[in-house]
Amino acid sequence: MADQNRTRTQRGPVTLVLRFVVIAYVFVLVIWPVSVVVQRTFAPLNGQEGGFGAFVARLSDPAVVYAFSLTGTITFWAVLINTVFGVGVSLLLVRYRFPGRRVLSVLVDLPMSVSPVVVGLALVLAYSTGSGWFGESLASIGINVIFSTPGLIMATAFISLPFVIREVVPVLEEIGTESEQAALSLGASGWQTFWRITLPSIRSAVLYGVVLSIARALGEFGAVKIVSQGAAFNGETATLLIQNRYGNFDESTAYAAAFVLVVAAVLAIVVVNLIRKPEGST
Amino acid sequence: MTVATATVTGPARTRRSRPASNLTAASGLGLGVAVLWLSILVLIPLIAVVVAALEGGVGTFWAALTDPQTFAALRLTVLEALGVTALNVVVGTLIAWVLVRDEFPGKRVLDVVIDIPFALPTIVAGLVLLSLYGPASPVGINLVNTQQGIFLALAFVTLPFVVRTVQPVLLELDVDAEEAAASLGAGRLTTFRRIILPSLLPAITAGASLAFARAISEFGSLVLISGNTPYETEVASLKILKFIEGDNQAQAAAVATLLLLVAVVVIVALDLISRRVARRG
Repeated sequence: MADQNRTRTQRGPVTLVLRFVVIAYVFVLVIWPVSVVVQRTFAPLNGQEGGFGAFVARLSDPAVVYAFSLTGTITFWAVLINTVFGVGVSLLLVRYRFPGRRVLSVLVDLPMSVSPVVVGLALVLAYSTGSGWFGESLASIGINVIFSTPGLIMATAFISLPFVIREVVPVLEEIGTESEQAALSLGASGWQTFWRITLPSIRSAVLYGVVLSIARALGEFGAVKIVSQGAAFNGETATLLIQNRYGNFDESTAYAAAFVLVVAAVLAIVVVNLIRKPEGST
Repeated sequence: MTVATATVTGPARTRRSRPASNLTAASGLGLGVAVLWLSILVLIPLIAVVVAALEGGVGTFWAALTDPQTFAALRLTVLEALGVTALNVVVGTLIAWVLVRDEFPGKRVLDVVIDIPFALPTIVAGLVLLSLYGPASPVGINLVNTQQGIFLALAFVTLPFVVRTVQPVLLELDVDAEEAAASLGAGRLTTFRRIILPSLLPAITAGASLAFARAISEFGSLVLISGNTPYETEVASLKILKFIEGDNQAQAAAVATLLLLVAVVVIVALDLISRRVARRG
């Protein structure tokens, strides 16, 4: 593939100009700003000391630890729900025909383009104890959704809903049903067929979707901001902490927490590329 | 749970005889659970937004949107989104082109960097841009509370969309037609306009729609960078937040409904584009 590309490339001045423009654009927009954040994380800032020790000290602040563990809990549940739901819905969409199938497929894509703020507002209007449709009845059985962890999990699950489905559906379409049919005709149960035949063939697509979901869930901000109290030790997730600290002139901690999320994001991209690469080369 | 099983699989079983459906008992139950969860998580809350917006009648809804300050925020949002989409159509296609057709050391790194804005938390994206283009800028550019700052943030978060939709199409594109055109004396520009561009058009449109939808609804990266000044740097999503914080849910819902409408239109348009492309083969 690379050889083919090389013979095809005409290295005229136009090619060089385009290459330069593209690199300059990406550098000014992404690479340079990200490198400044990394530099600020470890440099002395506003009279506070720099270096790795200070960075670790900022991250071991109990409020920061609380924020990251809350983010971890929310991410775990939201991604778990989305993975099970996503694989199930993908199977339904690809393997079965039923009325409303197309509506369902459009509906699961919707969270991709709904504003996070709208997601937050929607959950508040449906489930908040004061003004939500089901708030009172849920409160009467002791469940608070808004301003507590279930609301945060729901907001995060909403935002990261389509990722697993979008990765698994095309793979399911491509592998077809022949092996599954064969397994079934040889006496395997539906469940065995799923575990032994279907799941192994969609494994990397599921993994890919899960990594994307984790990256999205870790960094969710807008929807979470609206359904959370957002105060330290009270619903303050990692992203909310960054905003609060930045606003309260504690930029060093904001940068330290942001750096952790940058590393997580870059890690997710690298993992995704590693998963994608072997598939592309076969 | 057993009650749910009976009610859900009931209709599925009767439908199995019809060709429109091939659900089994187990998959019917699965569909029931999926639809129930989707209703609780997505459908009912979104309907609650539309109901809250229209509760006071269409007149109130319209009045909320045409309130001068809200209208200014909506206009700014749409104009910024259109501008950033236009930028992405040109630069995104260009980046995809360079990534597919050019070869140079570090190309693989560039390819990975394109994904950063997609994976980076939006609030971190805002912080990242502020560190270079904010008050303590090492290059002396301060875009906080300016419309250029909003444009910059939107350009950052929408960077991957056009690139990632155009890139695979460009990879698959047959070079024979291009070479034929070139051998028949067509210049590079003519070849691009007449041969390459038409095949890329659906992908560019899809990427542009995604970028537009994202730009319209963007929130996190703008929180720190937009000063949120009414009439000047206030965008729709921040306006919604202001309404919610002021306990003004009806007006928040009105703006949210408009954003929701844009989201639905974009998703349906994308669905139609992908179906048309699939049909053409």
